Amino acid sequence: MDLLIVWETLPQFFAAIPTTLLLTFSSLALGLIMAVPLAVLRLSKNPLLSMPVYGFVLLFRGTPLLVQLFLIYYGSGQFREAFEAVGLWTYFRDAWFCATLALTLNTAAYTTEIIRGGILGVPHGEVEAARACGMSGPLMFRRIVLPKAARIAFPAYTNEVIFLLQATSLVSLVTITDITRVATVTAARSFDFFELYITAAIFYIILVYGLSGIFKRIEHMLSGHLRERPGAESQPAGGATVEGAGSLR
Amino acid sequence: MIDLHGYGWMLMEGLKVTLLVGVASLALSIVFGLIGAWGKLSSSRAARRVAETYTIVIRGVPELVLILLIYYGSSTAFLRISEALGAKMRLDLDPFTSGVITLGFIYGAFTTEVFRGAYLAVPVGQIEAAKSTGMSRILMFRRIILPQMMRYALPGLGNIWMVLIKATALMSAIQADELVRKARIAAGATREPFTFYFAVLLIFLAITLISMQVIRYLEAWAERGVRRA
Repeated sequence: MDLLIVWETLPQFFAAIPTTLLLTFSSLALGLIMAVPLAVLRLSKNPLLSMPVYGFVLLFRGTPLLVQLFLIYYGSGQFREAFEAVGLWTYFRDAWFCATLALTLNTAAYTTEIIRGGILGVPHGEVEAARACGMSGPLMFRRIVLPKAARIAFPAYTNEVIFLLQATSLVSLVTITDITRVATVTAARSFDFFELYITAAIFYIILVYGLSGIFKRIEHMLSGHLRERPGAESQPAGGATVEGAGSLR
Repeated sequence: MIDLHGYGWMLMEGLKVTLLVGVASLALSIVFGLIGAWGKLSSSRAARRVAETYTIVIRGVPELVLILLIYYGSSTAFLRISEALGAKMRLDLDPFTSGVITLGFIYGAFTTEVFRGAYLAVPVGQIEAAKSTGMSRILMFRRIILPQMMRYALPGLGNIWMVLIKATALMSAIQADELVRKARIAAGATREPFTFYFAVLLIFLAITLISMQVIRYLEAWAERGVRRA
């Protein structure tokens, strides 16, 4: 083991953490903004509204993220003139833009399904009660359906967060210097592949379980009103428990 | 239709490799999964610890990093170890073998959970009945537990297959000649990256759609003996 090279590369690994986290959270935020309206459209009874969303979800969940990323980053080059004509080439030339776009569309598709599941899980009685109080559709959605759906969907969303964090490692293949690429680039010079990829793996493990711990805390806070008060006999009746980090999706 | 400039056969070759890698990795992951589930359900604390560590570590590390680690790292690690032992031996894994081992190892952590759940779903009464008729442990496992486990495990395994076949795309990072790498070569030669990556996207979509149908059929077949209320 050549631990000296690991020690010397540590500053670069630390410098790459913000890249990995920034890509994760910007894609998550944009994906979530897209996913809420998409989930509502997906649940619409009008097939003209629900079918396109179904197609979008199927396309992005049914194909590898790597291919989506390559299609956007390398594929856009084929239409360079067209992009230049409309002034979009400066964006599609940029690996950061393409990576964020691919990750955003991908997570939006998965999140749409998660939120859809959450909305379907809202008990009908609550909807009836809201109607009986004379709430309008949008008001009911904002005050009753969405908060309840968010609590139901939260554990599944935690898995999506962990998955996306790990998925950002793919951006190392389109020249963005994230944690994985630090290991790749350094090892290409020193040939210490084993030591450097192990180090990268340890960085990811720490980030994954750190983030998963934070999300468990948030879930605990969200389900506070569902738990027995401390000292009560029965077990906590909080929302569904989070499965292990990085669970399959 | 998309004009592939005569590179269609190349994509077909890539598809063959992708499917082969997928099936081989799934088979290997089932082996790892059975061992892992045995470890998790074992009465030995050491076995439980090992199985627990396996699933925890795998879940925390991106697939790409593990693929790169095992392909590039294994030969240097092996060389160092053999040098330390005084013998100069080399171990060179080809991308195909290395990728299958890695994917099998990664998804083995997920099949571990599937098989653990499937084992626990077999009613205890049946295990007691098997013991009372004097079956040996191996016979009981083969005749009573395994067939039922496979039925309970089928939906989970189907899910793993769908994720695993997409993960084979990552093997292009270690120059395995699967679909994405073939597309990359064709894209470089024709300067039409969109055409080829789009074709690959559609091929993967077709694999997903066909897999969904096959899994649905298999599940119906496996449940043919189950009475429904």
